[in-house]
Amino acid sequence: MTVLVSTAFGIALVPLVWLLWTVVGRGIGRLDPYFLLHSMRGVFGGMDAGGIYHAIIGTVWVTVGAAVISVPVGILAAIYLVEYGAGGRLARAVTFFVDVMTGIPSIVAGLFAYALFSLFLGPGAHFGAIGAVALSVLMIPVVVRSTEEMLKLVPNELREAAYALGVPKWLTVIKVVLRTAIAGITTGVMLAVSRVVGETAPLLLTVGVIDSINFNPFEGRMMTLPVYVYRQFTAGLVPCNNPNVTCIPTINYDRAWAAALTLILIVMILNLVARLVSRLFAPKIRS
Amino acid sequence: MDAWRSGFQSANSGVTVNYDGIGSGDGRKQFLSGAVQYAGSDAYLTDDEIAQAKTTCQNGDVVELPVYISPIAIAFNLKGVDSLNLDGPTVAKIFDGKITKWDDPAIAKLNDGVKLPSTAITPVHRSDDSGTTQNFTQWVKANAGDAWPYEPSQTFPVKGGQSAQGTPGVAQTLQGGEGTIGYIDSSQVGKLGSAKIKVGDAFVAHSPEAAAAAVAKSDVVSGRATSDIAIDINRTLTDSSTYPLVLVSYDIGCTTYADANTAALVKGFFSYVVSDAGQQAAASAAGSAPLSSDLAAKAQAAVDAIKLG
Amino acid sequence: MTTTAADTRAPSPAPSNGPDRPRPPRRRTRAADRGFNRAFRYLATSAGTLILIALAAVAGFLLWQSWPALTSSGSEIASKVSFFQGQSSLASYLGPLIFGTLLAAAVALAVATPLAIGIALFTSHYAPRRLASLLGWVIDLLAAIPSVVYGLWGALVLAPTIQPVWQWVSNVLGWIPLFKGPAADPARVLLTVSLVLAVMILPIITAVSREVFLQTPKLHEEAALALGATRWEMIRTAVLPFGRSGVVSAAMLGLGRALGETMAVVMILSPGLTYSFALLLAGKQQTIAANIALKYPEANSLGMSTLMATGLALFVITMVVNMASRWVVGRRKEFSGAN
Repeated sequence: MTVLVSTAFGIALVPLVWLLWTVVGRGIGRLDPYFLLHSMRGVFGGMDAGGIYHAIIGTVWVTVGAAVISVPVGILAAIYLVEYGAGGRLARAVTFFVDVMTGIPSIVAGLFAYALFSLFLGPGAHFGAIGAVALSVLMIPVVVRSTEEMLKLVPNELREAAYALGVPKWLTVIKVVLRTAIAGITTGVMLAVSRVVGETAPLLLTVGVIDSINFNPFEGRMMTLPVYVYRQFTAGLVPCNNPNVTCIPTINYDRAWAAALTLILIVMILNLVARLVSRLFAPKIRS
Repeated sequence: MDAWRSGFQSANSGVTVNYDGIGSGDGRKQFLSGAVQYAGSDAYLTDDEIAQAKTTCQNGDVVELPVYISPIAIAFNLKGVDSLNLDGPTVAKIFDGKITKWDDPAIAKLNDGVKLPSTAITPVHRSDDSGTTQNFTQWVKANAGDAWPYEPSQTFPVKGGQSAQGTPGVAQTLQGGEGTIGYIDSSQVGKLGSAKIKVGDAFVAHSPEAAAAAVAKSDVVSGRATSDIAIDINRTLTDSSTYPLVLVSYDIGCTTYADANTAALVKGFFSYVVSDAGQQAAASAAGSAPLSSDLAAKAQAAVDAIKLG
Repeated sequence: MTTTAADTRAPSPAPSNGPDRPRPPRRRTRAADRGFNRAFRYLATSAGTLILIALAAVAGFLLWQSWPALTSSGSEIASKVSFFQGQSSLASYLGPLIFGTLLAAAVALAVATPLAIGIALFTSHYAPRRLASLLGWVIDLLAAIPSVVYGLWGALVLAPTIQPVWQWVSNVLGWIPLFKGPAADPARVLLTVSLVLAVMILPIITAVSREVFLQTPKLHEEAALALGATRWEMIRTAVLPFGRSGVVSAAMLGLGRALGETMAVVMILSPGLTYSFALLLAGKQQTIAANIALKYPEANSLGMSTLMATGLALFVITMVVNMASRWVVGRRKEFSGAN
């Protein structure tokens, strides 16, 4: 039996190792400062050029936008659930629907944001903020859940000690409860960010595609890293018809792999930092 | 498209022309709603859409320029065979799944002396809606007679079979399997084999020149504004210098813009695209056919109709 | 990933409360509920309410956008929307899509669940502690890889490599309708997609199952061992029965994720709209999410509306699956006595 269980484990490791091996092996060659610091403006065909700078900018803007929406809403909602709502009917409904909301398919979130903005701006609006709204639909429930868990870990004695000193409840929540749980909350937020940073489908619908650098999340399309990977994949092999021009047939795939590697690195770093934060700054409240 | 933007941007620094390769449907929708200043499309606007465009165009006319003529190749991946002769009915039966082996008598009859293996045929079509599919199905419909019971459409009408997204996706799928056949922009053929199609009594290979000739010998849709050069491609040409399985892409804009700057930019970009330099840039980057001089002159006249201010 | 969810969840007086001071009444009876206190309470409450509104808005907007398609006759849509041609009604278009979505997810689940249980048992009951925590981290990493990367890998690496395997499967097992051959070349088929989906949902099923297995009361385990059970017998008699509903809900969570996955499907599958169980033939099935991503670029307004309607269907399906899984979890809490 031990053999069977261990085999299951071994089988599960195969795709992970295989995938990481491929991504690193095929992506590392092109991943250099040039690639990170140049956009795709003016790049076409099999040119040995082009990079992901514009996609990094877009990903940063859209993700930060999503975080700006999700973090306050998520944390406040968690505070409501733990400190105010406890057991009430509304709180039970919120808890239940937060759970349900974690299961919303990402493309549905994209359709929602698309529909929401087409109400105000007419069909076909594409800019960064719409993508941020779509991602926040996916991110809010994750933030709520993790924050809720963390707030529940804060022992009641701390709250009661604060009340006994005459500290009003809102200050207690902010200064005592949140401060105690802040490391855990930070970890939760970072994990939530690492989850949405790789979302592709909703951004494809809402943020669109562009070759140049765009710093303005409220006007014009933006490129994002996951969409970039997808675009380069769909661009496919380049038939090098003209022998006079330097042309790399697999250039699009090369860029896709390198961008995929970048994306995985970003996600991994976010994960690692999140775990470090929770390990280093966690309050020693449970044995 | 990319080659043009690149060329235009390097000639006009400080200008960014963005083209979101989202697809013709969305582009046209956005153009009609005024969200974008110009659109590229693989099909000309319908009469309904032209009526809608009146508001976007401040009651001016629509400018439609044929800017990109690309032969559609019937490409295949079959060991030891680079070229085949195919006629309309055979192509129709292959893509309809009626002919399933490469050594089928219908194919052998057209290809004397070619050693055909008994490999199974895997037809590959576009999974997304596209102008390429539209033009391909138009050609098959016009040339196959009863063998092709479907109407031309942006969506490939036959159910089942391999498919992939975009011409590069189809090209990759073709290369990924043995015995595959599909229709792709000729610029993407690369190492794949490609078919000569029957035109009149001859079999014609795809080439930019033959494609341009086919467009030149077709008629402009009548009853439209002079700035609107929509071409009704004649799929049943019999002249063996033409290759009527061809796709024409249009750039769509307005003669009147509210903003003089926009007008100047669109005009500048369009002029560049239909100019010799622009057409050559596309030809060398994408293997498209340059406009015939006659058509280029007409297009330039249409661009001149854009009013500045 | 805390194992403490169960014991801290109960809103009743926490066990650590010394002098009795029940929590719930406190918030109302406090005299100081005004000024900042009240403002903050309102702020927090409205954030909670906002979530409900957002969810309602998702459903509402999808419904609003899909209304034109829902109220048009099939022939009307077919005349305006090119991808709708040959369909008699919205239902006839939606049916195969729903079928394909469920089939892809079900196959993925069938592959992933046994593996996930194996890994979860391995990390919870077999592996040494240090190794177990490392492995847990590796599995979490698997969960963090973006789906587009899975798609890239599936389309460019896995599909070409696995084609001969599928060929072999269809030769040997071709008499089973699921594996009807000849296997398509290239392997842009549903089985390849499901395999990638299985890898993608493996981490979530593993993580949840592992939590549940770890919660098995130590007493039960030790009792089993004391009665002379081997480790496997102990697992079979104590751990698995205890964790069964937890595994079911974990699987349903995984199912929910597989149902909504877009990119991996778009990039790998040759789509088709039929009710076919043939996993190795190309162009037989398509999923809702992938269909939206594929068709929306060329869709006109009625076409977009049709796609919104399919999105609404996907939303409803995943909602049902999620609610069912929460219900199973909720029931387990009541009956398990784990805390």
